[in-house]
Amino acid sequence: MREIRYEEIVKNVRDIIVYSASNLPEDALNAMKAAYENEKSPVSREVLKQLLENADIASSEARPLCQDTGLAVFFVKIGADVKVIGGLLKDAINEGTEKGYVEGYLRASTCHPFTRANNKDTVGYNLPAIIHLDIVEGDKIDIEYAAKGGGSENVSRARVFPPSAGKQGVIDYVRECISDAGPNPCPPLTVGVGIGGTFEKAVISSKHALFRNIGSVNEDPEMAELEDTIKLELNKLGIGTMGMGGTETILSVHIESNPCHIASLPVSVNVQCHSSRHTHITI
Amino acid sequence: MSKTYHLTTPLSDETVSKLNSGDIVYLSGILYTARDAAHKRLVDLLDEGKELPFDVKGAVIYFVGPTPPKPGDPIGSAGPTTSYRMDSYSPRLIAEGLKGMIGKGKRNKDVTDACQEHKAIYFGATGGAGALLGKQIKSSEVIAYEELGPEAVRKLEVVDFPVTVINDTFGEDLYQIGRAQYEVK
Repeated sequence: MREIRYEEIVKNVRDIIVYSASNLPEDALNAMKAAYENEKSPVSREVLKQLLENADIASSEARPLCQDTGLAVFFVKIGADVKVIGGLLKDAINEGTEKGYVEGYLRASTCHPFTRANNKDTVGYNLPAIIHLDIVEGDKIDIEYAAKGGGSENVSRARVFPPSAGKQGVIDYVRECISDAGPNPCPPLTVGVGIGGTFEKAVISSKHALFRNIGSVNEDPEMAELEDTIKLELNKLGIGTMGMGGTETILSVHIESNPCHIASLPVSVNVQCHSSRHTHITI
Repeated sequence: MSKTYHLTTPLSDETVSKLNSGDIVYLSGILYTARDAAHKRLVDLLDEGKELPFDVKGAVIYFVGPTPPKPGDPIGSAGPTTSYRMDSYSPRLIAEGLKGMIGKGKRNKDVTDACQEHKAIYFGATGGAGALLGKQIKSSEVIAYEELGPEAVRKLEVVDFPVTVINDTFGEDLYQIGRAQYEVK
């Protein structure tokens, strides 16, 4: 049994939150540079240039890339041979989240769903974090983190189709989602698509798909091909950077698929803006 | 053909009538910030026949909820939020003399109609460029609804704040024009 101190988890979580807010990860930065090279629209190119400049300023001056520093979303895998000493894993993640958002001068964006009162003085500064927990073999804690902004979350959607909808049904559904969204989710986008499972499994899979590195290839060749097909279809929409019109609307399409019920074909689309602040650490 | 302008707030009818969708504008002067919660309160004040916390005539409202400033800075990162959430409130403020709104994303027909009828502009700022845009803000002062935190109404002093005309006073929409040019049917 390996013992990991509560404080060590708090510190690690705090550090990745502060760092991620102002440093675009390499995969996202490279994808944005490629979009700038490939974009045909001069207006979209100009905006991409501004965004690359923004990434430079954010990183060199340690300023948040975007004022929407997001809700903190975690996918955590804890090894069965790990014992957390001094407190609960979930509490450590929440404490690290609060420390990161306070000490990094990041925005507290959680609120009550109806009164809209900010949680910072009641529940805690930008708390609670959204935590998806899994138990795996081994003696490590694996933490995938993303700061998830509201604009792109607001255009996301899910639906359970009849099996007859098939692949074409999935393609049409994703196209309709991105077309309706237009400029609102801050393109160029990463599109997470959860296929199969149950209703909630599809949604969580579409979220987790956004944590994959942009440019990585899906291990399932059939899904890799479908990702390419959907990306081509979506780029035909002509939305461009921030909706100004252009050829580069999509940085990447990521699919996670699961076996599903014989009666259903659940599909979920979770959208990520160009500021794809995600990171992965192992303790 | 897109033109570039340097303008200082408050804006007049004459000034905003010159602008066309796609023009690039560098704004200097005062911007007022407001998001959903503040807009609701502003419109409630108008409904009650009370005075607004700032003079809306010729004013430009920026839809933003900035990050907290670091010690010594006037403001943190400060890029635009998605504007449609203000659609149900903006026409009322435009009718009162608001001349400009800065945000990102589509507006509904009520807003674009009001822009034509009362001469106002919807400007787009680059979403996700919060670090860069925050640097163009030279001072920031909360003037109302401090309890709303990032959603409080702030008076910002800006220099050469870069925006693009999305909806002009002639009913044109840059999002539609731009997309139509690159859409593959």
